Parts: sequence; structure tokens; C-alpha cells
Amino acid sequence: MSKPDTSNKPARNAPVTAYFIHHARTLIASLGVLFRSPASSAMTTAVIAIALALPAGLYVLLSNASHVSVGWDNSAQISLFLKANVSEKQARTLASKLRLYDGIDSVKLIHKDQALAEFQRVSGFGDAIESLGSNPLPHVLAVQPVVDPERPDKIAHLMKQLRELKQVDIAQLDLQWVKRLYSMLEIARKGIWVISILLAMAVLLVVGNTIRLDIQNRRSEIEVTKLIGATNAFIRRPFLYTGFWYGLSGGILAWILISLSIGILAGSVENLASLYNSAFQLTGLAFSEAMSLIGFSCLLGLLGSWIAVGRHLDEIEPS
Amino acid sequence: MIRFDNVNKRYPGGHEALSNISFHLPRGKMAYLTGHSGAGKSTLLKLIALIERPSRGNILLDGVNLSNVRNSKVPYIRRNIGIIFQNHHLLYDRTVFDNVALPLVIAGYQHREVGKRVRAALDQVGLLNKEKCAPITLSGGEQQRVGIARAIVHKPSLLLADEPTGNLDPELSREIMELFARFNQVGVSVLIASHDLDLIKQMGSPVISLSQGMLIHDDLKEVADVEA
Ligand SMILES: Nc1ncnc2c1ncn2[C@@H]1O[C@H](COP(=O)(O)OP(=O)(O)OP(=O)(O)O)[C@@H](O)[C@H]1O
Ligand SMILES: [Mg+2]
Repeated sequence: MSKPDTSNKPARNAPVTAYFIHHARTLIASLGVLFRSPASSAMTTAVIAIALALPAGLYVLLSNASHVSVGWDNSAQISLFLKANVSEKQARTLASKLRLYDGIDSVKLIHKDQALAEFQRVSGFGDAIESLGSNPLPHVLAVQPVVDPERPDKIAHLMKQLRELKQVDIAQLDLQWVKRLYSMLEIARKGIWVISILLAMAVLLVVGNTIRLDIQNRRSEIEVTKLIGATNAFIRRPFLYTGFWYGLSGGILAWILISLSIGILAGSVENLASLYNSAFQLTGLAFSEAMSLIGFSCLLGLLGSWIAVGRHLDEIEPS
Repeated sequence: MIRFDNVNKRYPGGHEALSNISFHLPRGKMAYLTGHSGAGKSTLLKLIALIERPSRGNILLDGVNLSNVRNSKVPYIRRNIGIIFQNHHLLYDRTVFDNVALPLVIAGYQHREVGKRVRAALDQVGLLNKEKCAPITLSGGEQQRVGIARAIVHKPSLLLADEPTGNLDPELSREIMELFARFNQVGVSVLIASHDLDLIKQMGSPVISLSQGMLIHDDLKEVADVEA
């Protein structure tokens, strides 16, 4: 009202400062509210943490599985049977050229004499072959492709390139098992997405429901503050911050749960790996991944409380 | 300060709580609003505080037509009004100090300023020594006075009180009414709904009377006529 009572407005904060001070205070205060009912806060936090730890833990296992499969890639080999008229020198030149390819890890020349000797030894047709006089076998290049679990199409592309080489007669790749592994990992990855989405929705509902109860419990407080002139934004804020704290604590707890589980599994996995002469180690969430998990959790907390607040706060009016 | 212009209020049920009310409370004046139970006293105050909206007619509050106030602006109108309820409406999970500080916190006052003003307000209602108490540990009269301190802490230019002495003994009721009179003396406009006719007569301020939603007596008319 226009009553020029100057003593009415001296030491009010500059709007922006007041805004931030108020935000900071509300943030702390809403944390205090959580500590005032530790049992129910802890329960909500735990539910969020478990709901997040489940898909995140599966994700960790899956990325470990991808690592293992990368370790198996040695067995994915392309055999290039060169044309009969390709000399040893040409074969060596081709091998050096192929080694420069992006998608190729290593190339080994199997000389046709060496191949013949091998064949004689394992086939038992030694005499028969000797009677042929000349060596019917071609030189073979054993090509080791780089396998990228994310990009199975790269190998197919490489195969096409190799087939088009004029020195190459036949290019052969047994990709069957690689394909199977890929499709299994693909299914697992999609499955994790589905589970993640479902459980993220569960987190939204849990936070939303907790905030809804919170709003109901503080109904009279909300009415009174509205009567005193609080804006909807002012009333909304502590609830949003509460959702944020739930998200933050749930995210951190989820991280701890995953790290603990990895810790428990790591020993056994190492034992198993050593039986296979592998130095494979179970790796947990990278720091950046953990931060994304916590950030995502905070977002879910905020979003859940936002939804609850939007649905339930505006209908509370003083009467 | 407050001007009602042919105001009607019909509640959703179809009940007409106020019919054709017109009156004017000049700035800095104090008046009592009386009437039997159900006469429409609370409804009239709720219209001023924008808790309810009129079905017909206009209400001017300090020159602002309340019909034109959008919902999002309602809080800012309310910040210039101190409202006192019959059932204190205190927040029982905080101290007396925090209850009284609430309007200042909402308006974004500085921390130091809040402390100063809250103590000044508590001093005016005689509860300076109770600032750290929980409201629940106070007597009914003390709680009512905390409510009054909260209503005046931000120095509103208008005080609305609905049955502020509803369940207090006569001695205390008188004290509270005198408290309002004192605020009025420093320039605050005051409108008090009460059916304590004896007390009102003793206080000697103008009276507006309602009966079944209609204005049947208006001392303010004479005040306006005298001023005019
Ligand atoms: N929210 C509402 N919905 C419908 N009718 C209402 C509502 N509030 C009040 N009324 C009706 O409006 C009329 C006036 O009510 P109001 O509360 O203004 O009376 P009052 O003068 O304050 O009475 P009291 O002295 O008992 O407090 C009453 O008949 C009441 O039943
Ligand atoms: Mg009433």
C-alpha cells in the first residue's frame, strides 16, 4: 500500500541477494527437516538407492562383460586365401600394406610351403600330396581384425574391402560366435535400458509420494504461510529441495551399494580369471559414471517432487 | 482504505452470505464489525484478504480494485494486511520467534533486521521473554498475542481480526482490544469482527453491523459525512 512509511523498508536485502540467501537457507532447512524424521527419510533414501543400484549394477556387469569379450577377440580371425599366382614377395607386400589398415590389428603370412607341411602332418595324406609334384596350396594371410563391441558392422565392412583386393581369392571369417555374443550383449543392454526406465519411474513415484505425504502433513502450515503473503514459489521451494536431497542421498547410497557389491564379487572373479590364465579384474563405476548416476538421481528427486508439488500444492488455499 | 461497492457473495452451495454491501473505512480509522453468528462477518473479512472473491460488486483496497488482482499477485496484496484469526493459526513446530518472523522471511528481510523487528513486535504484545518458547507451552491469551505480533511485525497498513477475543476472559479481551486501539493510534487502519457487544461499546470505535448478510448499521457513514 502506498503509505509512505519509509521505516517500513530500510534493511530489506537487495532482491537478488535476498533471493540467494533465501535459497541457501531453504536448502539447509529442508535438509534439517529430513533429519527430523530420520527413520522415514532413511527408508525413502534406501528405496531410491536400491532402485538405482540395480540397473547401475547391471550396467557395471555388462561393461565388464564387454571387456571380457574384447579379450576374446583374438579368436576372431580372417583368413585371406591369396590367388595361386601371387608370389611370396607380393604376399609380403600385401601383408605390410594391410597392417596399415585401421581396422586391422595384425597380419601374419602363412607361406604355402609351411601350410603344405602342416597339412601333410595333420591330414595323413602326406604321400598323396607329395605325388602331386607342385604345391597346390596358396599363400594365406591370417588377419587379426580390431573388434569394437560397439560397432559390429566395422568387421563386415573390412571383409568387403578385403574381398575386393585383386590378390585375394577367398576371404573367410567365422563370425558366428562373435555375432552371437554381440547380440547377447545387445539384448542385455536393451534390457538394462528397460529396467532403468521402469526403476527411474519407480523413483519418481517414491519421491512424489513422499513429498505428497509431506505436503499433506504440512497442510495447515501451507495455508498459514499463503495467508501471510507467501508466493507459490516460496512454498514450493522447500519441497523441491527435499526432493533434491532425497535424490542426492539416494544416488550416493546407490554408488556405495554398487561399490560394496563389486568389492564382494571382485575376489571370486579374480580367482576364476586366474584359473583361465587371465588377469581380468572386475572394475566398478568410473568416477564420471558415478557422478552421472548421482546427478541423474538428483534430477529424478527434483522431478518427482516437482510433479507432486504441482499436483498438490495449488489446491491448498486458505479458507 | 477499504471501500465496498454493492458487494454480493454467494457461496457455491447457493447461499448468499453477503447482499449488496457498501461501506467505506477511511485510512487510519478503526471499526468493529458485528452481527449474529452466520451474519457474514468472516466472509466480509475473507473478501478483503482475497481468500474469497465477490460474486458481484467491487472492493477497493487502498485504491486497488481487488477484482482486477490476478491470483499470482494475491500474495503481494496480503503482505500489506495483518490478519489475526480466532484460532491463532500458529505453526507449532517452531518457536514463538520463528512464528513472528515468518512474514519478514517471506518478504525477504535481512537477518539482523528480522531479529530487531520480531523483538519489537513481541515487546508490543508483552511477550519479549517468550521468544524461545514453543507456542504450545503458552496460554490461549499468549498464543493469541503471538498471532497479533505476527500480524503487525511487518508494519502492515491494515489489520484484520476475526473474533480475536473469541475464547479469552473479559479482562484479557479488553487488553487485546486496547492493543488494537494502540496500533490504530500510530496510523494503522483496523477492522475487527466480534460479537462481544459489551466490550465494543466500551471501546467506543465506529461499528458496522450485519444481519443475514445485509448491512443494518453503519457508523462509518457518519464518520465520512463529518469528514466531508
Ligand atoms: N465456504 C463456505 N461455503 C458455503 N457456505 C459458507 C462458507 N463459509 C460460510 N458460509 C455460509 O455463509 C454464511 C456466513 O458465514 P460467516 O462465516 O461469514 O459468518 P460469521 O458472521 O463469521 O459467523 P460466526 O460469528 O459464527 O463466525 C453462513 O451462513 C455460512 O454457513
Ligand atoms: Mg466468523
